[in-house]
Amino acid sequence: MSKFRKNGGKELPPISTASLPDIVFMILFFFMVSTTMREQELKVKVNVPQATELTKLEKKSLVCYLYIGPPQRQFVAKMGNAERIQLNDKFATKADIPAFIQAERDARDEAERPFMVYSLKVDENTPMLIVGEVKQELRKMAALSINYSAKKAVER
Amino acid sequence: MARKVPEIPSASLADIAFMLLIFFLVTTTMDVDSGLRRKLPPFVPEQQDDTPPIKKRNIFEVLVNKDNMLLVEGDICRLEDLRGKAKEFLNPNLEGENLPEKKTEYVEFFGDTKVLTGSAVISLRNDLDTKYGVYLAVQNELIAAINDLRNDLAKKKFGKLFESLESEQQKAIKKIYPQKISEAEPKKVGGK
Repeated sequence: MSKFRKNGGKELPPISTASLPDIVFMILFFFMVSTTMREQELKVKVNVPQATELTKLEKKSLVCYLYIGPPQRQFVAKMGNAERIQLNDKFATKADIPAFIQAERDARDEAERPFMVYSLKVDENTPMLIVGEVKQELRKMAALSINYSAKKAVER
Repeated sequence: MARKVPEIPSASLADIAFMLLIFFLVTTTMDVDSGLRRKLPPFVPEQQDDTPPIKKRNIFEVLVNKDNMLLVEGDICRLEDLRGKAKEFLNPNLEGENLPEKKTEYVEFFGDTKVLTGSAVISLRNDLDTKYGVYLAVQNELIAAINDLRNDLAKKKFGKLFESLESEQQKAIKKIYPQKISEAEPKKVGGK
């Protein structure tokens, strides 16, 4: 009749999983709040340059993206290696830019249109020729507020 | 006596939540888009160049050629030195033969201070083959020069960084250090 007798046969109670959903929901809410929906599938490789004097783009709904860079590997056979412009989900040329901007404007509220920002996501190895052409098109469409997308540079 | 309602099993709740979680993990991105904000000049179709020529000392000329080398005010320059040179150009308290003209103007909070004349401008011109990365690095350095000067002044006068000042104070500092970067039409710079 010792006190330290083993409780022979008594099984370890299973760990309660009742709180598991709560934990997962917590993680879920964290991700829902801190992330944004993926905009579109990238068909061009864009490795944006680094910079230090960055400003964040606040109103996501007012930003419209233009991508410039060499096509992704699976499109090289069709499109070649040269840098291309991507608007929405398609490859485009500079001639498509006015229509694209018009469509983007029409999609926004009238009052919000003056505050639209055009974010240029350009690969760092792109020659300025193509960037210059895009900028000219933007100027012609009076889309003057632009943002050169860049990563935060690591401090040296 | 009412019969006890059987409890709804909640064992699968975790699975449902996991499914939702994985859906959000896959379809969303975390990156916040950030970059250099710039304003393009309005489009003017084929204008005649009838603006009076700006004095050379009022222009801070930056050229980038196709080999991504910099020419600043006629001298070859490394990217690291650009910020210092731009600061020197923009500082209204420095006098010099090649530095831009100054004028005295009333600025709120500061009283009468020396500021650069309106024609002082940073002019950036790049080659068609210049890499975008280099172009952006140059822009970044120029903006950094202006931001540095603004922050220095803001710290000296208000003891705060420029960003945390009130808009009136920011306006005053912006008047002393305007962000004037003009981009010329790209053209072939230097040899073939």
